[in-house]
Amino acid sequence: MVPPVTPAIRAQHLSKHYDGHAVVQDVSFELTPGETLVLLGPSGCGKTTLLRMLNRLVEPDSGTVEVFGQDVRHPRPEQLRRGIGYVIQQVGLLPHYTVAENVGVVPRLLGHAPASIATRTEELLNRLHLPPARYANQYPHQLSGGQQQRVGLARALAADPPLILLDEPFGALDPITRTSIRREFRELEELRRKTMVLVTHDVQEAFELADRILLLDAGQVQQLGTPQELLFSPANDFVRRFFAAEQLALQLRTLRLTDLLPYLVSGSTNNSLSNRNTIPPTATIQEAIEALSNASELTTLAEEQVLFVRSADTGSPISLTISSLMGAFGQAIQHLRRS
Amino acid sequence: MKLLTDLFSFWLAQAGKLGEQTLQHIGLTAASLLLGVLVGVPLGLWLTRRPRLAPWVLGAAGILQTIPSIAMLGFLIPLMGIGHWPAILALFLYALLPIIRNTVAGVQGVPAAVVDAARGLGLTDGQLLRRVELPLALPVLFAGIRTAAVINVGVATLAAYVAAGGLGEFIFGGIALNNPVMILAGAIPAAALALAFDAALAGVQRLSVRNLTRVGRALLVALPLLAGLYLLPRATGKLLAGFSPEFVGRADGLPGLRQAYGLRHLPSVVLAPALVYEAARNVNVDVIDGYSTDGRIKAYQLQVLHDDRRVFPPYYAAPVVRPQLLAAHPELRAVFAKLTGQLSDSVMTDLNYRVDYLHQEPKAVALQFLRRRGLWQAPRPLAPDAAVVRLGSKIFAEQYILTELYAALIRGYTSLDVSTKTGLGGTTICFEALRTGAIDMYPEYTGTGLLVLLQPPPAVVDSLGGNADAVFRYVQLGFRRRYGLEWLAPLGFNNTYALLMRRQQAATLGIASISDLGAYLQR
Repeated sequence: MVPPVTPAIRAQHLSKHYDGHAVVQDVSFELTPGETLVLLGPSGCGKTTLLRMLNRLVEPDSGTVEVFGQDVRHPRPEQLRRGIGYVIQQVGLLPHYTVAENVGVVPRLLGHAPASIATRTEELLNRLHLPPARYANQYPHQLSGGQQQRVGLARALAADPPLILLDEPFGALDPITRTSIRREFRELEELRRKTMVLVTHDVQEAFELADRILLLDAGQVQQLGTPQELLFSPANDFVRRFFAAEQLALQLRTLRLTDLLPYLVSGSTNNSLSNRNTIPPTATIQEAIEALSNASELTTLAEEQVLFVRSADTGSPISLTISSLMGAFGQAIQHLRRS
Repeated sequence: MKLLTDLFSFWLAQAGKLGEQTLQHIGLTAASLLLGVLVGVPLGLWLTRRPRLAPWVLGAAGILQTIPSIAMLGFLIPLMGIGHWPAILALFLYALLPIIRNTVAGVQGVPAAVVDAARGLGLTDGQLLRRVELPLALPVLFAGIRTAAVINVGVATLAAYVAAGGLGEFIFGGIALNNPVMILAGAIPAAALALAFDAALAGVQRLSVRNLTRVGRALLVALPLLAGLYLLPRATGKLLAGFSPEFVGRADGLPGLRQAYGLRHLPSVVLAPALVYEAARNVNVDVIDGYSTDGRIKAYQLQVLHDDRRVFPPYYAAPVVRPQLLAAHPELRAVFAKLTGQLSDSVMTDLNYRVDYLHQEPKAVALQFLRRRGLWQAPRPLAPDAAVVRLGSKIFAEQYILTELYAALIRGYTSLDVSTKTGLGGTTICFEALRTGAIDMYPEYTGTGLLVLLQPPPAVVDSLGGNADAVFRYVQLGFRRRYGLEWLAPLGFNNTYALLMRRQQAATLGIASISDLGAYLQR
């Protein structure tokens, strides 16, 4: 018997009306610790309201929320919020506080010792590429949008909360900054252990960051599942239509080489394998295509460039060319659609 | 250039007074501003939590703001009397609107994202207010305090009307005496104060939020200290005097009085002429200036202190007539003479009291008086083609009564017709009407005839030495020669400046004359 794990969040039958208009209708979900859930949907679908119910910035009309087994209505709202990281699109740094003071807000509220707050702030600023020597004493208006959002993230992480809520955290940034910050965000060691709920309307972002996606429309859950499930087993027409425009791009990012292994021919090779000409099986198709088209030092076979996939099961490497990859990709898609 | 040197010599001569008034002015402004901040800021913050009430409260404060400042003081006097409190309350009410409005606007101007993030981080409502909303609202809040300060420096000049001091004392004295130097002597420092407050708070407003928080705290310490200035320099004495601005400035008013009687230990406040009597009645002050036949002397049980050194010039009332009238109707001379010496100060005071205070008709009061004195006769039938005697009067009760007295006598003792032209405004209008023949007679005062109409050189005035008979003879002769007009014998009362005290207090202290007052103060 595996002991039952207390879910990080258990939301049950949440509903919220504004002026008789239902914004959130009977939404339930559970989140295991460490999981990242993306609340996705068009503007006005209720995803932000749903998020704000989790830290009681919005009180639901009906339904309950438990965070790590505790009903959120029991602690005082401030007490609850101090234990949950919160990041919003407009950042909302306190303009009259320095960067360091902004980061230290929650630990100060929690009564941490000044010395430990200083150490923690320094550590976080370093990790988020904001050298404290230069940035700690600056004011928010002296920072770029991307830097402000990093401070906002550091502020949410300062008290090391197990749960973090993010409301379109990259929404206000220009596309280039957004991509780079998103990469940093994904690679941040600090966040690996956290349970996160992230609101976005950007499908690419959702697929990139989510363990699971909760797709909302008009306050109702359309589908809750992994990106792959939403893409290949849409629950209804809305889900299908929602991803239609970006379907191919999403498929290339969602499917991994492991998913294609049944359709790839394995063969022996004389080539010595090195890090340069191999790719892990967990790589996405997108990454494999990029590797194949960029690298100039790969072995050329019949005028096609070749990568080798180390198969986890057999141990014998599989050779990969653009044409074999695309063929297998097509077969896999067909298979997934049929099933 | 002359004005400038006059101004500086005035300041030099009145340096003590100027300093005192400036401190009072700063104190008044600071005290009302402090109250405004203590009430307005919390009220504004509360309104940000109850946004539905905001339009109502701001509307009410806006209405207060539109009440003219003089009227505001007028409303407060019946409630609070005179002195510091009505002045501070009025200024406080004016300071409220800008402070409340800017507090609300400042808090509402804090970006929603900042408030949302702060809430999301776990700040309580109180922490949000203290650490985020209030500091971020400070620049706008200070703009409100700045507006209120500048308004209050201006309105505080009116405090002089309710005996609350300040630079208005010079200004109103100057207006009453038509003395531009004196007006400027108060107006220039008042304007400079307004600019100084404005510049200081403008400088404050430009500071960073962090420094503003410090300045805000400093201000809460500084304002009570400045407000304290208002109370410090008040000299105290056995008695407190309340004088009208004109009396304080006129040579034959307070300066002449101090010269003749000393009265050095009599601290005084300045207030609006209309309020001096009220102030004495309500025991806000003990000694006031007034006119010796004013009806309120009786109404408020005041006592005229005898001017035993004759500082105040004699203002005996007497009819001034066109000689042509007397020539055409010689019987009138005897009729006019019936009132000669009939009206003492106390009798005239009583008649004025009936009209001014009991609101009886001047005509009824006049008839009642004549009956009591046995002078009344029923009007005679008019002769055919009877000539009309036209009587004039200035625009106040005493003159109305006198005119009605003469009209009744003429109707009772002659067959002539009478028309009255009452309410001819001031001295000049009455006099010109008589000179050009628009009227035949009006009651005038010897002092006015001397100082306003004849205007002899100061040496002549000095030589008359306040002697009632000498002045009357001089005026009679002067009018006969210069204008061909005739002064008839005086009625008996002297409507001049007077020092007044509450009757009871004067009796208790044994003060009957101004010399007694001087002696009492010396003791």
